[in-house]
Amino acid sequence: MCKVCGCGDGEVRVDGKIHESPHSHDHDLGHEAHIHHEHDGDMHFGHGPAGTHVGGVSQSNLLKIEENILSKNDGFAQANRDRLDVLGAVALNLVSSPGAGKTTLLVETLNRLKQDFDMCVIEGDQESANDADRIRATGVRAVQINTGRGCHLDAHMVGHAMDELDPPGNSIVFIENIGNLVCPSGFDLGEASKVVILSVAEGDDKPIKYPDAFAAADLMLISKTDLLPHVDFDVSACIEHARCINPDIEVIELSAKTGEGVDQWVGWVAGRRRERLESEQQDLQSRLSKIAAAIDANDELQRRHDA
Amino acid sequence: MSCKDVTMHELTIANSLVELASAHAAENGARRVVAISVRMGVLCGIGRSLYFCFEPASRGTLCDGARLHIEEVPLSVRCEHCDETKVPKALYNFRCPDCGYPTPKVVSGREMELTSIELEATEAAASFGAADDAGTQRSAL
Ligand SMILES: Nc1nc2c(ncn2[C@@H]2O[C@H](COP(=O)(O)OP(=O)(O)O)[C@@H](O)[C@H]2O)c(=O)[nH]1
Ligand SMILES: [Mg+2]
Ligand SMILES: [Zn+2]
Ligand SMILES: [Zn+2]
Repeated sequence: MCKVCGCGDGEVRVDGKIHESPHSHDHDLGHEAHIHHEHDGDMHFGHGPAGTHVGGVSQSNLLKIEENILSKNDGFAQANRDRLDVLGAVALNLVSSPGAGKTTLLVETLNRLKQDFDMCVIEGDQESANDADRIRATGVRAVQINTGRGCHLDAHMVGHAMDELDPPGNSIVFIENIGNLVCPSGFDLGEASKVVILSVAEGDDKPIKYPDAFAAADLMLISKTDLLPHVDFDVSACIEHARCINPDIEVIELSAKTGEGVDQWVGWVAGRRRERLESEQQDLQSRLSKIAAAIDANDELQRRHDA
Repeated sequence: MSCKDVTMHELTIANSLVELASAHAAENGARRVVAISVRMGVLCGIGRSLYFCFEPASRGTLCDGARLHIEEVPLSVRCEHCDETKVPKALYNFRCPDCGYPTPKVVSGREMELTSIELEATEAAASFGAADDAGTQRSAL
């Protein structure tokens, strides 16, 4: 059971192993909110009885907290992000309804990129290791997280999956989230980008129904475009809906079946990796020039000393 | 509506809430949390259903029996064209209601915040409150 995530208590499994809360020592992330003691009557909340009860009646204390309910998750997400940054690795969090084609697309993507890039995959599913097996058949390493009834991955589970995977430097880590358009959007996993996948079998009004998923994503993939002749799906209306929510969202239409648009997607992925590497390179260059300047200062001192 | 009708997701959020509130209560030496106030953005899709999950989530914790107050936070966005914060006409159209410009920045509506907790006073806490009578906000940690 994992007390930290509280999600699907007792049911979270990483590669089939029941995920016991493994190390209580590093679970103190978060809790950095400033707390102000204020007693009755000093606070004016303007909402709800908590703020309006009569001062002096009881000795109870009102404690102002103002902390994100998911701050613990955000702490783990930041730890994941820091770890990936040090590695020069980039993580992409794939979010969709069940069956939109995430695993199929991942398999295709891995086959196209595996000669050139180091990659690994974190597979989220409520039950079964089918998807991880499909990924491993490509020769790319994968870890399966089963959440039981839990409806999304959280950053703590992903941290443990990364312990297992130990992503190599400069790699790409794909995270296939649980099939669900509601829950995953609020849970930062430490990814560079969320990618939302919407298949043409679903309906072009999905962005209207699940705005937060589209607000949180950098890229929308419209998948299974080979089915367009058979379904009532208005691609431009769908893009319009999505851009009403997120004007900056990029869009790629693709079919993993015919391969249409997959090059463009693979190019986008490679582009994200390049961005990550460039920023890593800049950091290192600035570090190198600082070291060079520090050595110069040392030499200067030595010269004065010798003179 | 009972807890059977709410999703696992809401239970997860309720669990996180209870855990966070209990941790703050314990740090402050409280025996019991009397009330909890939260702010939930409309985009989180949680809202009122949290009431139904809260009770089972809090059972056996310091928050058992606490009153829960939920303040729903409406959607607002930043319109760069009007240079103002605006409230869109609908939850699925974040464009500026006045000039129609797309607004990439959500100002409010995504928050899930534990605003405050009310603790049952222990003797120590009561005298702490009395010592603080000037009404100054004092950082406890
Ligand atoms: N026609 C068509 N079917 C697809 C495509 N991609 C995936 N599928 C099918 O959609 C179903 C669900 O795919 P899967 O990758 O398991 O979806 P996931 O649940 O998002 O991982 C499977 O039956 C796939 O064969 C596509 O591009 N075109
Ligand atoms: Mg899958
Ligand atoms: Zn969820
Ligand atoms: Zn405007």
